[in-house]
Amino acid sequence: MFNQKKLSLAWGNPPSRDRNQNLAYTLRITVGLVWAILLLAPFLFHDVRALEVAARICIFIVLVASYDLLIGITGIVSFAHTLFFACGAYGAAIGLKLYGGSWSAYSLGSLAGMLLAVTIAAVIGLLSLRVKAIFFAMITLAVASLALVMVSQFSAYTGGEDGLTYKTPALFKTATKLLENENGSTVKVFGTKLNGKLAAYYFLSFSCLLIFALTVRLVATPLGSVLKAIRENDTRAEAIGYRVVRYRSLIFCLSAASAAVAGSIYAVWLKYTGPETVLSFTIMIDILLMVVIGGMGTIWGSVPGVLLLVLAQYYLRDLMEIAAEKTTGIPLLPELLSPERWLLWLGIGFILVVYFFPKGLAGAMLASGEKR
Amino acid sequence: MTERSSKRVFSPHQAFKYAYHTIGRLPGGVFWLPVALGGISFLLISQPATWLTLTIAGLAMGLMIFLMASGLSLVFGLMDVLNFGHSAFISFGAFIAASILSWHAGWLQADSVLLNGAALFLALLGAVSFACIAGWFFETVIIKPVYKDHLRQILITMGALIVCEQLILVVWGGIPLTVPRPAFLQGSVLLGQVPIEVYRLFALLMGLVIYAGLYWLFNATRAGLLVRAGVENREMVEALGYRIDRLFLAVFIGGSALAALGGAIWAGYETMISPALGTEMMTLVFIVVIIGGPGSIQGTLLGALLVGLTGNYLGYLAPKMALATNMLLMLSVLLWRPNGLKPVAS
Repeated sequence: MFNQKKLSLAWGNPPSRDRNQNLAYTLRITVGLVWAILLLAPFLFHDVRALEVAARICIFIVLVASYDLLIGITGIVSFAHTLFFACGAYGAAIGLKLYGGSWSAYSLGSLAGMLLAVTIAAVIGLLSLRVKAIFFAMITLAVASLALVMVSQFSAYTGGEDGLTYKTPALFKTATKLLENENGSTVKVFGTKLNGKLAAYYFLSFSCLLIFALTVRLVATPLGSVLKAIRENDTRAEAIGYRVVRYRSLIFCLSAASAAVAGSIYAVWLKYTGPETVLSFTIMIDILLMVVIGGMGTIWGSVPGVLLLVLAQYYLRDLMEIAAEKTTGIPLLPELLSPERWLLWLGIGFILVVYFFPKGLAGAMLASGEKR
Repeated sequence: MTERSSKRVFSPHQAFKYAYHTIGRLPGGVFWLPVALGGISFLLISQPATWLTLTIAGLAMGLMIFLMASGLSLVFGLMDVLNFGHSAFISFGAFIAASILSWHAGWLQADSVLLNGAALFLALLGAVSFACIAGWFFETVIIKPVYKDHLRQILITMGALIVCEQLILVVWGGIPLTVPRPAFLQGSVLLGQVPIEVYRLFALLMGLVIYAGLYWLFNATRAGLLVRAGVENREMVEALGYRIDRLFLAVFIGGSALAALGGAIWAGYETMISPALGTEMMTLVFIVVIIGGPGSIQGTLLGALLVGLTGNYLGYLAPKMALATNMLLMLSVLLWRPNGLKPVAS
């Protein structure tokens, strides 16, 4: 019994009934398996596109988990998450652009970006987390749009719409050989070259795994319980003696910092930073879709949510192209099935998920053990 | 004593407080804001002709935005429903009106005002009637299952907005659409020495007529009374035996129709529309509703006029700021009055 309690403190409250407990463990094992596949991805899949997809999944898991801290755990609806993501990415990008591809430039830029993100979050939080949820959502939307304008206005530093391309630290260059054989060429393991690209991928995936684990752990701490209490009934939490605005601001800052770190990691992987990849409103909607599909307030749900959506983004189009070719001749159907219309089907699927799985995939698996 | 009184005169904070209370006590209160805005910008611009052009453009834009936003405001105020899909009606209205106008291109170029007007009337009618049907469908299928659940409303209506935008892409394609204007609304008239575009005057007139109609509806009819009562206290209206859900459906359909009408007039004003119209308008319309205070028609008008006027004035005075204007306006209003300028007491 004691052991069980200890376990629950470390990894979230286990659901009460047996069946639910099994489902919850299944979810956690599945998430573990996904991470294992992500970590082994360079050796499992050999094409470049698969590695891009895997990297995107890692980054978005961190983004979505940190967003879930806000929307799912604390009940704050913010539309400024891409702003913090962009702070980290642009911080790293500008550092690398100005001072060349060195580690000090990268870490300094990332740190500056993270500090900027936390400062913005603190200011927004302290100024406006007192107002009603919908007004807060609109304020964050306003600040995010302002950031988009600023990026295009200060194009001397940010590259405007075109974005920035820059050199990464020498270790991450594709030409770098991690291990050489006697001929002087890169050693291959299971058909994968041990080059700088691999180092960059492992830097990315291990950092993401670390942040994800920290986020999961954070929810199980007493702080996590306070945040959930605020979500359920903020007046009561205040009455018990927790300063709601302070806690909300704190988690807003933590989430911003996490998003900023994800941004700087993504910047060094992509070797490019622009509004389309880190700041656009489309990415914000993607994050929202992923949180909802995965299951709000579960953190674990970020993994299936991101996995489904990113795979859909990359591979649904291929499927639809085949379907569109098969249906040529039938009126309207090829139009509806053309690969550019994948968002239509995603939107419909999203509405259905909100109807039938209001708690998302992970939420449905963790259901009834822990009342939302 | 003397020290205190001198302090009151010279402290800027006290002076601001004094001015604030004076404004607050004026009959009309915050409704002087657009006038004050016009006055200040008149001093800044200092060219009467330019100022007049900008003001009329701002008022016309404001009234069009008012048409688009009024439905959203009422829906939010009456049923606490956050409809992010509202702007889908704006773009459907715009695209349907544009299509009908281009089918009747012959009528539009004809020399008779009657034919011109008929084509325009058909276009507006088409947009409005489509929006009525779509509004009914939207309310029953999308909104009804998620009453009283804000987060799911935001999510589901956002999904619906994505679907609607994609449907527009399927039907009308991704290329921006040129919208023809009827011949009698082309060109401009001279107001004193200042040329004013006729279409702007038309938009202004339409907006005023519809605002007057809404004002009459809400202040002189039983249905309007019920809606106002419902915004203030929904349970009470239900307890008195009125079917609030039917009332809400009616308001939703009416609001969608107004949005489509606003979109249709907007299409003619812009003369070039793209499928991204819905997303662009979504933030604008929400800003207006929030500035004005959800649920209040006068507040929405006020917010819309402020947005229209500042957009035009700042676009002239500081073009670089133009994109961020609305956001800054909303931020400053919310920091001043967190519930909007003219909140409904509840």
